[in-house]
Amino acid sequence: MDKTVNQKAWFLVLPVLILVAFSAVIPLMTVVNYSVQDTFGNNQFFWAGLEWFEEMLNDDRMWGALGRQLMFSGIILLIQIPLGVFVALNMPKKGFWASFCLVFMSLPLLIPWNVVGTIWQVFGRVDIGLLGYTLAALGIDYNYTSDPFAAWVTIIVMDVWHWTSLVALLAYAGLQSIPDAYYQAAKIDQASRWKVFRFIELPKMMGVLMIAILLRFMDSFMIYTEPFVVTGGGPGSTTTLLSIDLVKMALGQFDLGPAAAFSIMYFLVILLISWVFYTVMINLDKRDG
Amino acid sequence: MAKITLDNLAHSYLPNPTSEDDFALKELNHDWNDGAAYALLGASGCGKSTLLNIISGLLYPSQGRILFDGQDVTNAPTAERNIAQVFQFPVVYDTMTVQDNLAFPLRNRGHDETYVAGRVQEIAKMIGMEDMLRKKARGLTADAKQKISLGRGMVRKDVNALLFDEPLTVIDPHMKWELRTQLKSLHHEFGHTMIYVTHDQTEALTFADKVVVMHDGRVVQIGTPEELFERPEHTFVGYFIGSPGMNVLPVDVDGATAHIGGVDIPLSGGYSSLSGKVELGIRPEFVRLSATDGLPVKVKRIEDVGRHKIVRLDFFGHDINAIAGEDDVVTADMSHVIFDPSHANVYVDDWRVVPDQSHTIEEAA
Repeated sequence: MDKTVNQKAWFLVLPVLILVAFSAVIPLMTVVNYSVQDTFGNNQFFWAGLEWFEEMLNDDRMWGALGRQLMFSGIILLIQIPLGVFVALNMPKKGFWASFCLVFMSLPLLIPWNVVGTIWQVFGRVDIGLLGYTLAALGIDYNYTSDPFAAWVTIIVMDVWHWTSLVALLAYAGLQSIPDAYYQAAKIDQASRWKVFRFIELPKMMGVLMIAILLRFMDSFMIYTEPFVVTGGGPGSTTTLLSIDLVKMALGQFDLGPAAAFSIMYFLVILLISWVFYTVMINLDKRDG
Repeated sequence: MAKITLDNLAHSYLPNPTSEDDFALKELNHDWNDGAAYALLGASGCGKSTLLNIISGLLYPSQGRILFDGQDVTNAPTAERNIAQVFQFPVVYDTMTVQDNLAFPLRNRGHDETYVAGRVQEIAKMIGMEDMLRKKARGLTADAKQKISLGRGMVRKDVNALLFDEPLTVIDPHMKWELRTQLKSLHHEFGHTMIYVTHDQTEALTFADKVVVMHDGRVVQIGTPEELFERPEHTFVGYFIGSPGMNVLPVDVDGATAHIGGVDIPLSGGYSSLSGKVELGIRPEFVRLSATDGLPVKVKRIEDVGRHKIVRLDFFGHDINAIAGEDDVVTADMSHVIFDPSHANVYVDDWRVVPDQSHTIEEAA
């Protein structure tokens, strides 16, 4: 069959192109523009070439933030994925309690980031917070404003509280798609609970779990508001994650050039990791098929 | 292998069933003989899957007992019953190879690897998949997957029965026939007790030694394909089996004659005082068209289906069917039919009534 050639179709794509241009491409280009120039005020700019990029790559500050960021994303993935799967496995399959659980679990997902941050900021305070006060009363030395370890525990527990539901809901959807016959066959084959998980549930959940991992990775890698509200990146710079550092540099110190170079590298790192992850995922799928 | 006995078995999905209508499976007593092949035939929702799941132990019956070789297994879990079940949609462990799939039930029961490997080879040969053992199960066709589930069932030597729950639903038509034939030859060779659930009469009649017909939660007839054809015990059996099904006409029966619309239909035996809904059942195969003899009809339509012709008739306002041979000529002046009395059955409230012996003798005399 001959394809109809109709260039007018481009007009249908145009609104989206314009929207994306204004919301993403043009701002990004501004950033690129800043990253290769320097200014001494008076709105005068000088060509700086790749100087900012070189400076940032040799800057311990950025490498430190990147290291903390990778650690943060790694830890929350290691907790949230298994925990989410565990929760999903133990949720009721149908009836009133299934709906109840779904609604109940969605609640943290609906709370705005800064509110989540505020909740935990107050919750963890030693003087008035329920958590901080209780821990202090039990004789546990917990103070997220002065102790880096306590600060890390707080932001990780907060993120787990906020986002495990998402993983659980996705895993639950994957589990619900498994026909009963699989469980019946497993019973007949005398498969243990572990084998049912390993050979039936996990393979069927793999697709949604991959999406969950990718989403949680990207989201946690870009996290800003919640840890900023709770710790402000402190004590010192022990909880200064990439985006917190970036905002400090760009808006706090008004170092537009380095911050722009930083942003672009940040963007490329996320793109690279997501791409690698996606490629590995697709290949795994093909190899099994 | 074992004889399976159902003793006063019934099941309801409701917690407190009150009337008979609440039961998805109505009270049933039946022996499934060791080594026989049965088909459970019925329309969707008639309780056949319920019965199968009770036998395999996936469902606990509301009342009654199940015995394997005289031993009560009603409370035994599925795994202890040593049955194998093949489901409607192929169940294979996607991430495993064919080999590991077949070995799975044995490994779960703690058999040693040399035994497992030997057994897997034997089974692979039986189901004709020796050259696919190393393949991942995920990419296989539906019929190959169904063979694996069958193989996984048969791999255990102590298997009591093989249960099939509409196993050919998702199989391509040309593979259906092949798989069914293979199944039948496996049955002849190894003699497993097999119970095969289906709503397809061809599948049931070609597969089984005995067909159990279910309707509305009740077993309405158990018999050989021939018995189901010749003497349907229930009008449902009559029109569910056969293509087209049995003609069922409301009649008045007086002795050895049935009356409808002012004409008489002779019967092979006499019946005394029938009350309730009285009907005459006759299969289209035993309705013969004629130009002059018999009862008046109007030919509405003739469908040539290849090997024979189906003639749609109007008989006193009732639609009936007749089957004429491929070479029989049906002409426009054929306005009469003859019912073969020896194949006409009388039904009261849907159940077949046996002709009255004394009456028959009296008539003959």
